[in-house]
Amino acid sequence: MRVHPLHAYLRKEALPTAFCPGCGNGLVAGALLRALRRSGADFQKTVFVSGIGCAAWIPSPHFRADSLHVAHGRAVPTALGVKLRRPELSVIVVGGDGDLAGIGGNHLLHAARRNADLLVIMVNNLVYAMTGGQVGPTTPKDLPTPTTPYGNPEYPMDVAQVVAAAGANYVARWTAAHLPELERSLVKALGKAGFRFVEVVSQCPARVGGRLQMLPVAAMRWLKEASKPVGKAAEGEIAVGEYVERDRPGLLCALGRIKDGGASA
Amino acid sequence: MSPSEKRFWSGNVALAEGALAAGVDFYAGYPITPSSEIMEHVARELPKRGGVFLQAEDEIAAIFLLIGASWADARPMTATSGPGFSLMQEGLGIAAMTETPLLVVDVMRVGPGTGQASKAAQGDLLQARWGRHGDQIIPVLAPSSVQDCFDLAVFAVNTAEKLRTPVILLSDELLAHTWERVEVPKEVERVERRRPSGGEPPFGSSDPRVPPPMPRLGEGHGILMTGSTHDPWGFRRTADPETHRALVARLWDKILLNRDALCCYEAVGVEEAEVGIVAYGSVARSALAARKLLAGKVRVGVVVLKTLWPLPEKPLQLLAERARLILVPELSLGQLVYDVERVACGHCPVLSFPKVGGGLPIYPEELAARILEARR
Repeated sequence: MRVHPLHAYLRKEALPTAFCPGCGNGLVAGALLRALRRSGADFQKTVFVSGIGCAAWIPSPHFRADSLHVAHGRAVPTALGVKLRRPELSVIVVGGDGDLAGIGGNHLLHAARRNADLLVIMVNNLVYAMTGGQVGPTTPKDLPTPTTPYGNPEYPMDVAQVVAAAGANYVARWTAAHLPELERSLVKALGKAGFRFVEVVSQCPARVGGRLQMLPVAAMRWLKEASKPVGKAAEGEIAVGEYVERDRPGLLCALGRIKDGGASA
Repeated sequence: MSPSEKRFWSGNVALAEGALAAGVDFYAGYPITPSSEIMEHVARELPKRGGVFLQAEDEIAAIFLLIGASWADARPMTATSGPGFSLMQEGLGIAAMTETPLLVVDVMRVGPGTGQASKAAQGDLLQARWGRHGDQIIPVLAPSSVQDCFDLAVFAVNTAEKLRTPVILLSDELLAHTWERVEVPKEVERVERRRPSGGEPPFGSSDPRVPPPMPRLGEGHGILMTGSTHDPWGFRRTADPETHRALVARLWDKILLNRDALCCYEAVGVEEAEVGIVAYGSVARSALAARKLLAGKVRVGVVVLKTLWPLPEKPLQLLAERARLILVPELSLGQLVYDVERVACGHCPVLSFPKVGGGLPIYPEELAARILEARR
């Protein structure tokens, strides 16, 4: 019997996943695992940290590696605690937009400012999906949700741009319909030190698609068509590509925990 | 007894030194009066000793930095005061559920709200006990001298490691800024965290008194740690009543079945007591001073609690059997008194001596006067 090459990275007991049919989380998980394989990452020396939300379940319990699954919004400081103590480990945070940019927004901002040596992957499904699809910090203006039944009155946050401005070494945004580009960005991010942030705009067939009567395939088509390169996207479109790429020394280096240019991820 | 050195320290410095002596090698915190000297002291000392210090963006980040570091094999601590302690409750709940050793020091100040930043109070007692949602118990210790600050910091770090639990140390502003002589032993006990020898579940234990061994990150254990209801291997089982019941029962038993080893107190003149006083923290010093003031007039017995939770019930029961009444002075409207009343169980009346000091301590003279009045 042929086995999927990524199965080695997954816990058999955790399959099938709890994700809804058509969810983008499987695509993100696949891209991340392929990127880790291409980078030659040692899974035993990789620690995944996540908070609460659908995307937080990507590593926990699915990945056959160490994972810490903590409180809503608190994955980034937990991950930094691991990295500060064990600089030789590669520490990766996976979370959603509400988790990382909403309740955990302050931690995200300061981790980027410190250039903390973490890779943070934010799956942006535009709402608080796990709790029913309520409005979040990245929800498009005017979109109706269970807590904005007359349409979202607020503007969304451009999280990638904010994190880039805060001081991250690497920031990129792709969508679940840009998997080769996403994988390339993740490989690049894995090879760098300092704070690295990759946002993936993703479809939520259950909480967004259902409300808009949009099938997953139509959502994927929308992700593709609405995406324009960074700097060329109009309001309501998705800017994709790299926001920043630099090599300032990371926090661990500044603290003397690692030598300059050492230990990535 | 091992040889010791004499030092002249404030309560805050003694606390920091005790924790460092017990092997604390990771500190993350956020500045707040009246605890900041602990953080400043550790910020100077830790880098010299190869440890890690980070000033966090807030107290929530601080406690989660500790959780991450603890799983990465650190002995972590933080210190804060009331408002910051409130923010740390979220992380303390996760630490209790995930059995993560760490130390949180709360140097109590006047509340509620931002209250009086540089004044002492004891209003955080029940927050320390019940501040998290859900059924859990975290050991809570309370020094009443600068020597205690050092000794109990050592005991707190070792208790966290031994029982794989967060531990709370409740100090107060008076103690924090009191300078006293401290006997510092040349060698301090360091309890090593239990490690898996192979095949043991990281969240299950056949003996409820003994915590499961805690694996280190990055050694191929495939650790599944979660703050949600989990089975002995760490898999989330959030819809299974029996998994949850068994987990909560074990977390509870782990602390309560070790009650005798956890309970520190000082009992002075309890056997022949006519009137009893139960106190902790800086207030306990006023209680002992009041006892002296009344010498020859009233036989006062004092139980100074150094462990608050689990509550040392035995000395309190003895006091209730001996004394005609018990007074519980607190620098708050009264929180400890309810449990003393429960333990006294009708053997004698238990009177609260509440004081909202607003910056004033409880004076020995007012305690002595209250005892004379109550005895009439």
